[in-house]
Amino acid sequence: MTHRYIPNTDADIRRMLEAIGVGSIDDLFAPVPAALRLDGDVAIPPAMSEPDLLRHLEALARRNADASTWSMFLGGGVYRHFAPSFIDQLLLRSEFYTAYTPYQPEISQGTLQAIFEFQTLVCQLLGTDIANASMYDGSTAATEAALLATRMTRRDRIVIARTVHPHYRQVLATYAANLGLEVVEIGYGPDGTVDMGMLDASLAGAAAVVFQYPNYFGAIEDPRPIAAAARAAGALGVAVVTEPVSLGLLAAPGSLGVDVVAAEMQGMGLPASYGGPHCGVIGAAEKCLRQMPGRLVGAARDAEGRDGFVLTLATREQHIRREKATSNICTNSGLMALAAGMFMAAYGREGLPALARLNFDKAHYALRAIMKEASGAGVRAGFGGGFFNEFVIRGLDNAARVRDRLLEERLVAGIPLGVDYPELQDALLLCVTELNEAGEIDRLASALGAAASRP
Amino acid sequence: MYPEHYRYTNDHEWVSVAEGQGRVGVTDYAQKQLGDIVYLELPEVGRTVKQGEVIGTIESVKAVSEIFAPVSGQVLEVNTALAERPEGVNHDPHGSWMVIVKLSDPAEADRLLTASQYGELAK
Amino acid sequence: MSTIPDSREQVIFEKSAAGRRGFSLPASDVPAADLQGSIPEGLLRPAIDGFPEIAENDLVRHYVRLSTWNYSVDTGMYPLGSCTMKYNPKVNEAVARLRGLGDLHPLVPDAVAQGALAVMHALQEMLGAITGLPAVTLQPAAGAHGELTGMMMIRKRLLARDGRPRSIVLVPDSAHGTNPSSAHFCGYEVREIRSNERGNLSIESLAAVMSDQVAALMLTNPNTLGMFEDHIADAACLVHDKGGLVYCDGANMNALVGKARPGDFGVDVLHLNLHKTFSTPHGGGGPGSGPIAATAALEPHLPVPVVVREGEGFRLAGDRPQSIGRVKAFQGNFGMVVRAYAYIRSLGPEGLRLTAENAVLNANYVRARLRGAYDIPYDRINMHEVILSDHRQNAHGVTTLDIAKRLIDHGFHPPTIYFPLIVHGALMIEPTESEGIAELDRFVAAMLAIAAEAETEPEKLKKAPLTTRRSRFDEAAAARKPVLRWRPGDASPSSLGPRPSA
Repeated sequence: MTHRYIPNTDADIRRMLEAIGVGSIDDLFAPVPAALRLDGDVAIPPAMSEPDLLRHLEALARRNADASTWSMFLGGGVYRHFAPSFIDQLLLRSEFYTAYTPYQPEISQGTLQAIFEFQTLVCQLLGTDIANASMYDGSTAATEAALLATRMTRRDRIVIARTVHPHYRQVLATYAANLGLEVVEIGYGPDGTVDMGMLDASLAGAAAVVFQYPNYFGAIEDPRPIAAAARAAGALGVAVVTEPVSLGLLAAPGSLGVDVVAAEMQGMGLPASYGGPHCGVIGAAEKCLRQMPGRLVGAARDAEGRDGFVLTLATREQHIRREKATSNICTNSGLMALAAGMFMAAYGREGLPALARLNFDKAHYALRAIMKEASGAGVRAGFGGGFFNEFVIRGLDNAARVRDRLLEERLVAGIPLGVDYPELQDALLLCVTELNEAGEIDRLASALGAAASRP
Repeated sequence: MYPEHYRYTNDHEWVSVAEGQGRVGVTDYAQKQLGDIVYLELPEVGRTVKQGEVIGTIESVKAVSEIFAPVSGQVLEVNTALAERPEGVNHDPHGSWMVIVKLSDPAEADRLLTASQYGELAK
Repeated sequence: MSTIPDSREQVIFEKSAAGRRGFSLPASDVPAADLQGSIPEGLLRPAIDGFPEIAENDLVRHYVRLSTWNYSVDTGMYPLGSCTMKYNPKVNEAVARLRGLGDLHPLVPDAVAQGALAVMHALQEMLGAITGLPAVTLQPAAGAHGELTGMMMIRKRLLARDGRPRSIVLVPDSAHGTNPSSAHFCGYEVREIRSNERGNLSIESLAAVMSDQVAALMLTNPNTLGMFEDHIADAACLVHDKGGLVYCDGANMNALVGKARPGDFGVDVLHLNLHKTFSTPHGGGGPGSGPIAATAALEPHLPVPVVVREGEGFRLAGDRPQSIGRVKAFQGNFGMVVRAYAYIRSLGPEGLRLTAENAVLNANYVRARLRGAYDIPYDRINMHEVILSDHRQNAHGVTTLDIAKRLIDHGFHPPTIYFPLIVHGALMIEPTESEGIAELDRFVAAMLAIAAEAETEPEKLKKAPLTTRRSRFDEAAAARKPVLRWRPGDASPSSLGPRPSA
């Protein structure tokens, strides 16, 4: 058998065996004890041709709710924004996507410069002094940001708002349990934002105060009092940003006194891809540099004095510091960071605020339309405060059932909050972006009105 | 090669004792092993240290080494100027002191390696 | 495009000019909402200072030109030991982008994600069959993430079984840095075991330190010297007898696919690297994917959510009381899962076997051809990678770094260098099955030419690479005064002082 991914022919193999001085391939596997060698074939299906494979996967793809034939009003940490067509075509350039990690800078300046630009764009967006070259995703970035705070403050208590994404809180809980760290959750007030009274009561001995901006309910936390309270207690303020496009309209957390910002950059045009690969990143104040996890790209000069870039400050990382490293991370999200950087550069200074404004307007239009159609049936705006492109509606008899009913009309009407917030069985979290047309929004509103009125 | 009046540890630190105070640095062998030094993490002034305790780190591009206290006592002074220009350790390892310790037990230094003993070790 | 070697590609910010635009947005079909009324005072952003304004064609030129500064596996071989830089099939890119897969939101109800769940479930089954370890999760986002997940599962298992997690993890001195790091992040203290003179795990050393305080032995098989740990079954018994568990770093699975299964060695938990063995692209530093495969005993401890059968279809199950919890938001790196699935379906069982056989054949061929010119610390049949040292070249003052950099001038990416630490001046070569004999012969010719140059012109090697747009960087200066971002007014990115005159 030959395979199109494996060039050696039988003749090639014979020549090579002769050069090695063995009689057969089996001889090369002699160091594997016979008892441990597999008898026969691995139990997987036989090989598929390329056309068959495409047909097979196309059929599987058709069984899913794709964004082009379904009306999606889903956020919850993953946001559908328009990525200019040129981005994906550039990502398919071999030199970008089939390149290795840039450990040999002489032949990796493309990747290194693109990541240096990404780091810069992230600093500008988040309002921080420094930013790393990416983490796996927002949830692990948020967790690592909290761990960074424990190292810097030498405390082991993490205070986190319940209005941070449920998955992110669960990931932090998993890591904390293994490291013997204490995690304290702070509830929210009637406006859906952090209960400052509860926060103040929990601050003693805290390493970090972690909150989300905008939060999971779409509400806009005010980072300033939270950061100030953290600082007064000797803790680090950690803002989590799951919808980076919101920072086209909202002030950067770093500029509001927040020490560390953990962000998910998927909203910068990265495919939803059923949850990954996405792109986490950590931005922070200069004082956090030595404790920053993940790779860092820095400017450098070569032997001829020419400018370029290198991976730097590697002594923080696992391959040198091993068990004393700032993180165990090795592979991160390089290609996704490149893509997010392209998106930020394309929209730029004027475009990102314009994109954000369009999201804001559409989401507010949606809430008004829904209120018009459904307030008669008892539906109300969830928390009443300001929001960006995500908001909560409440007053549904059974939000999960309403959402399921609307699936029959190829409408995905958000997330029933009751799954993660048992006290909110009557609530749906809805997201509207620039890709939802007014007609589609009207359809959502009347469908919700009808569903809410039904027993 | 190795100053006669210094004392040395197995971990390649040197200490120079005078009037109850010890100046601490790392040896030529250490700086050669590490390569170009890029960063020094030094202890806080006032800290009490025990012989053998980790008091800092010394980093090159590709390696990190811990600095162990050769003697016990209290940290009197830290060479912040050297921390600003850590390459000084490469250029003049035996003249670049990092920490000055007020000795709590002067006899400790006498039990460390002499220059010729350390010279054997660092061959 | 300038061919003057000195010239650099400007950073994107230097190409910015007020009024240029690179984006296109639809006109609004809704009324403008009241911004000031909705956003609290002081939280409205005036502008994104520093963000560039650039036309689309200038953006495209910028990135295309940047790409030409990169080497890639589509350009030539990367003989990087333990990285398995194999060919990245293009059909994988096509399927990952299919409508319904690439644009699928992770929070759609399971009923309308059945195609995605089917792919995940099928890959889990295939990885279970390939490794002989049936309990599989696709949640971890990379190998190191998988290591941490696997160690957490071990910890949870010990807690459930004995009521105590134990405190120590044993790691060979040849281990990859992520191993001790991951053990540490799981709350364990790490103890190193020395390898024996053959470069294998020393069973005597293991027996001496194995106790009921040891939670696990973490090892790599084949190990980081490219050798099969032939006493692994004995090692596993030793560990199991004292109630510990065996973690296997599966980074080197390319030597074993279709030929042997770690589940048969006594391994309890293993992580895989989809971006190594299973062909998903490296992307210049990720994304990856690090699935875990474990014994049935560890199945209850898999992270959530788990893909389970439900009637004719599948669902995501989160109600798992013995689970370690969540290790990542949503469902793992599904985009890499699709690619790996397509790859394994393209190969089938015979193709997998051919993969391992050619990987091992290629590495042994390189060893045979370089014997005599390079020192081979363990000169016997190796698996998919072979280790050389710079011992012979040292006599002329030439080091592993010089050899590596000179290979670049010959059109190859260097091998893995200075790892594992137990070989002085290690050069670890893993060709993978993607290379044919012609390419291997070209690589061997380059290595032989460099060996000859080491004797006749060592000074030249110390300056290599000589033909690239950038030569060796002053990494020490870059680390002393880190410049990690561009700032307006920077004359050049590296504000490291005035440029030396030509």
